[in-house]
Amino acid sequence: MGKVAIAILCVLAAGCGGGGTAPQALSADDAAYQQKLQEQFLDAKPGAVIEIPAGRHALDRVLTLRANGVTIRGAGSDKSILSFKNEISGPEGMLVYANDFTIEHLAIEDSKGDGLKVNDGENVTIRDVRVEWTGGPKTTNGAYGIYPVKSKNVLIEDSASIGASDAGIYVGQSQNVIVRRNRAEKNVAGIEIENTINADVYENTATGNTGGILVFNMPNLAQPGQSTRVFNNKSFDNNLANFAAKGAAVASVPAGSGVVVNSNPKVEIFDNDIAGNHTANLIISSYFSTNYYNTRGVDPKYDPYPRAIFVYGNRFKGGGDSPDGLELKTLKVAMFGINGHFPDVLWDGYVDTKSLVNGLPPPAERICVQNGDAEVLNADGPNKYKNPKIDKTSFQCELPKLAAVELPHS
Amino acid sequence: MQRFMGSGKVARAWSLIVCAGALALVACSRTAQPVHFFAAGRPAHLSDWQVVYADGSNLALNEGVIPYDLNTPLFSDYAHKLRTIWMPRGTSGKFDPDGSFDFPVGTIISKTFYYPVLKGAARDSKAVARSYDQSTDFSDKAQGERGLKLANVHLVETRLLVHREGGWEALPYVWNAAQTEAVLARTGDAKPLELVADDGTKEAFTYVVPNENQCAGCHVVDLRTKQIAPIGTKARHLNREYPYAAGSENQLLHWTKLGYLTGIADPASAAKNADWRDVAQPLDARARAYLDINCGHCHNAKGPANTTALDLTIFAAADRFLGMCKPPVAAGRGTGDHFFDIVPGNPQDSILPYRMRSSEPGVMMPEQGRTTTHVEGVVLIEQWISALRGNCDTAS
Repeated sequence: MGKVAIAILCVLAAGCGGGGTAPQALSADDAAYQQKLQEQFLDAKPGAVIEIPAGRHALDRVLTLRANGVTIRGAGSDKSILSFKNEISGPEGMLVYANDFTIEHLAIEDSKGDGLKVNDGENVTIRDVRVEWTGGPKTTNGAYGIYPVKSKNVLIEDSASIGASDAGIYVGQSQNVIVRRNRAEKNVAGIEIENTINADVYENTATGNTGGILVFNMPNLAQPGQSTRVFNNKSFDNNLANFAAKGAAVASVPAGSGVVVNSNPKVEIFDNDIAGNHTANLIISSYFSTNYYNTRGVDPKYDPYPRAIFVYGNRFKGGGDSPDGLELKTLKVAMFGINGHFPDVLWDGYVDTKSLVNGLPPPAERICVQNGDAEVLNADGPNKYKNPKIDKTSFQCELPKLAAVELPHS
Repeated sequence: MQRFMGSGKVARAWSLIVCAGALALVACSRTAQPVHFFAAGRPAHLSDWQVVYADGSNLALNEGVIPYDLNTPLFSDYAHKLRTIWMPRGTSGKFDPDGSFDFPVGTIISKTFYYPVLKGAARDSKAVARSYDQSTDFSDKAQGERGLKLANVHLVETRLLVHREGGWEALPYVWNAAQTEAVLARTGDAKPLELVADDGTKEAFTYVVPNENQCAGCHVVDLRTKQIAPIGTKARHLNREYPYAAGSENQLLHWTKLGYLTGIADPASAAKNADWRDVAQPLDARARAYLDINCGHCHNAKGPANTTALDLTIFAAADRFLGMCKPPVAAGRGTGDHFFDIVPGNPQDSILPYRMRSSEPGVMMPEQGRTTTHVEGVVLIEQWISALRGNCDTAS
């Protein structure tokens, strides 16, 4: 009944698909500034510096840059603000197809789609950039805050993303990446490294998200990711109810996840402070634990197992006491009681059975946890959580440490 | 390129000679100059190019400016489109079986976006007709190819794609209220309009003229080279009849006869997309033609949407790369709570028609080029998905 009534109303009210009120026209000053800024983006040549003056500048269409070697510089991420609240054409705030690109000291607010997207760039620096949806976490917020994709040599530092309806800082299908000293709050995923090769994620603070820091591999893409180091970060109290649209990759992340590794190999997680995340401080899982696996739509060559995961020296505190989702809640109560909690590391238990030697993966592909008294719960996902157990021996191993990422321009 | 530059006076003198020779057959006016190819720079007015121009009663096509249509066009907020191509004398394009033809430097392609005016409404009224009927758009038969009858159309913008030594360049021109001239709008424009359907249904919308960088959003064929190129001038889109002033003829054949195209002996041997509106043609062919022209310029192996692993060109096999049971990669809220791009037999659970149905930036696809929903296009894709077989069982 409700749906039919809404559909009829939509037919009657023209422009229902537009999501409500008609966009407001820009003030004359803003329109003039937008035209000037658009011209600067169109005319930029290598070496150009586009200065964004202090102030709040309302824009209604995406800023697109295609010239290499350009710097976009504001007066500070709380001073030079590009607001896309009334955006009519985008959907991004800023869209960059360029190499040797630097953006610093400014804010992008309320874009309809991604805040800052850099597609296919080489030598990218994003510094002191704040991307924020100012109305707080909403499903209708743009998907990604800071989003370099298919890029090489990427530095994201001293920046912030707040309120993204998917991932705040999202590095996809890239190579050689450093994400450091950033702040991610109130996003579904705070920081997400996906299908990326060689990433160092350190000295970031992720709090108040659904999941703090994620390292994922998705199927069907040209580049499977590997080799990510997550260290010296603070990921705490990421307990925000998941507000992603269903079907989005991060919609499968339970609220209360500190750090999540999904289907991604060679991940090293060390020296982090991970605390107060209600489902688990650290989750290691397979694509099979998402709801998206199917034989027709997923590349048969895709590797859905997290292999060679090395966890050591982290400072875990609290957490695991109120997991998200009925299955995990039931599991927690059954094993640890109403007032108990999951151990610090939750593993869904999916393993490539074809690879097993004496019941364990080959030494180079194991999940190794050398983290004081931190325990690992094997949730027995493949058997619908029938025989979950805390396993003290399977994870007693070490892996060779990954090399630090070095960027030519950092 | 010198022969195209600094030749204004020469060209004018030449046109006067032509006019004198033609006696009273055609009214001689300032618009009877030949097409002017600018090898550099950005002329401020569309009329500077002398490709298409308002002559008082018509949007006229200059000599050698050939109109063309596509089997299935891109949807642009129900705008009608007049497309033309012109090449310097003695030059021609080379046929390509799959990609855009290889046109010579000097080629000028124009696309004029316009709406039929409502009966009784002023030509510059914000209310325009939402209609597929083009029968009243064109001027009467005269010398040269038919242009548009200005009394019957509301011109919005004319985009030029100009092939210069350094590659193609895009130049958007916006028509003035008096409909006498179009002025360069490098940073784009936004026009509030209202679509009025035959049954009186009204829909207010903002017509968005893209800026130059947004032009490249669709016209960059290879993200790595960043070179832009025409989209429609491919064999499969052009292989159809056009009602020329001298009679109907296959466009590839006509271009060949004019010397605008070499390398195709028989159009019957060239690819041909379906007309998406022709219900006599197979549903699959109509849907694939629609996706090809509306989505395939980004969703291909080299395009800006190659980050998504979704290929919507006519060449894509009907598997996960066409979206069959494919989980989205970076759709964000564009999923509309659906799990797969296409669920065979189930359009209501498929992301593709959900994003086509939306007109909200951040959800809608294509991302630019429209602010309204192409209702008939959505219906076509929904019918096509309904007819697809199989399922997306998640059982491993």
